[in-house]
Amino acid sequence: MSISVRHISKSYKNVKALEDISFEVKEGELFGLIGPDGAGKTTLFRILTTLLIANEGTATVAGFDVVADYKKIRNSVGYMPGKFSLYQDLTVEENLNFFATIFGTTIEQNYDLIKEIYVQIEPFKTRRAGKLSGGMKQKLALCCALIHKPKVLFLDEPTTGVDPVSRKEFWEMLKRLQQKGITILVSTPYMDEAALCDRIALIQDGKILQMDTPQAIVKHYPKQIYNVRANNTYQLINSLKAYEYNHSVYPFGEFVHYTDRRADFNPKDLMLFLESKNLSNVEIKKTEATIEDTFMELAK
Amino acid sequence: MNNNNVIEAQNLTKMFGDFTAVSAISFEVKKGEIFGFLGANGAGKTTAMKMLIGISKPTAGKASVAGFDVYKQAEDIKKNIGYMSQKFALYDDLTVKENIMFFGGIYGVSRKRIKEKTAILIEELGLEEVANQLVGALPLGWKQKLSFSVSLIHDPKIVFLDEPTGGVDPITRRQFWEMIYKAANQGTTVFVTTHYMDEAEYCDRVSIMVNGKIEALDTPKKLKQQFNVTNMNDVFLKLARG
Repeated sequence: MSISVRHISKSYKNVKALEDISFEVKEGELFGLIGPDGAGKTTLFRILTTLLIANEGTATVAGFDVVADYKKIRNSVGYMPGKFSLYQDLTVEENLNFFATIFGTTIEQNYDLIKEIYVQIEPFKTRRAGKLSGGMKQKLALCCALIHKPKVLFLDEPTTGVDPVSRKEFWEMLKRLQQKGITILVSTPYMDEAALCDRIALIQDGKILQMDTPQAIVKHYPKQIYNVRANNTYQLINSLKAYEYNHSVYPFGEFVHYTDRRADFNPKDLMLFLESKNLSNVEIKKTEATIEDTFMELAK
Repeated sequence: MNNNNVIEAQNLTKMFGDFTAVSAISFEVKKGEIFGFLGANGAGKTTAMKMLIGISKPTAGKASVAGFDVYKQAEDIKKNIGYMSQKFALYDDLTVKENIMFFGGIYGVSRKRIKEKTAILIEELGLEEVANQLVGALPLGWKQKLSFSVSLIHDPKIVFLDEPTGGVDPITRRQFWEMIYKAANQGTTVFVTTHYMDEAEYCDRVSIMVNGKIEALDTPKKLKQQFNVTNMNDVFLKLARG
């Protein structure tokens, strides 16, 4: 196992940040922690990267215990924190050199690993890191986290606040790093990114709600979901919420996702109800669950 | 200005030295409309928005917001709009009640009205039990919902929301959008930026900025037809990747 977490708990004063968390990440796996701000993702990252000590439980990373062997872990992992943490007054090249030197290596020695990412920021190598755009900062931070050829890579919300195009490019980079044998633990609040991981854990309020492959998680959604739409979405949401048999009502892009409490639900009844509320062009169709549906059902 | 338009922009441009951050954008936003303002990081959204809310003077072009000119009446604009962003929302070391009262006071709302509004807001948001607690202790989602309500305290004609739902959990994100729908339904115009493409679908119309220009502007439905794709994420990827 590349990462093994057993019954980890961590509290800050009265707040339980993590409660009895256990999971394992296999070598070469791309594992996602999916959850909103405040779920406990960063606390977990800091424990696994030996920057924080858990109140309870044990964990190993690359075969080393996070407390007893913390120095060995620091040599074997790369960590990209959610907050930009490079030296703002050093240039791109100086930052990279600095991190290479700290880890007793050189840029040349591991250039192959970062080449693809580094060439994109190389034109700006004499620019101070603080003056880079968000996307370029993110690429530099990834290069710095990779320069000592880590076995395990920790990425804490690398795509938060990043536009869809840059997010897509970032995930393509991750897939290529994975193919080079690096184990990756990545966290994200974007549920659509879950589908790009081998396995995911849905996490909220310090607890793991569910853990599996994205496909299996979606498959285990307990209900039939219907895509509903009508001429006025706001009235549609209000009407669906007023319908006495509703189980859940969530806007989902151009549709509203609706589930019913009854086993013998007939969409025609709902259609009549909505029309009685003066909605027109009503459409009700079966649809498949997404990771986000599952998350909301579990978090309810 | 057309009475029904709350925002009108014509060839609005902003340059920083040689760099054109916003390049001659033109569009209108109608009363009660939910207008999605999308674009990649660095496309010029924030710069454009700063001009519209009266805190950055355009280099060229015309624009009016809530009936006021962005060059000459920036102060009037500020009084007649609401604004919230993900980064700065409320004062963490004031309580829920204090924040509402503070912003009401800043916007010149009468004491009596602030009192009424405070009671309504706290009830609507279900914040009775935490009304006297510091905002810093609230979960992010609650803060964002409260922040949106506070941005509406002076009954502005239009509210600007800059990535209001970043990092917020999916259920709260939807509750937030229900609040947006409600405000729009009552006639408030909503101008919103987001990186969640499912939220782009909730907008009446959406504009997409690429390198300082508005490259697409239409209803989500028509944009999807135009680019022959099934969702807004694909529209965005097609456009922004060129």
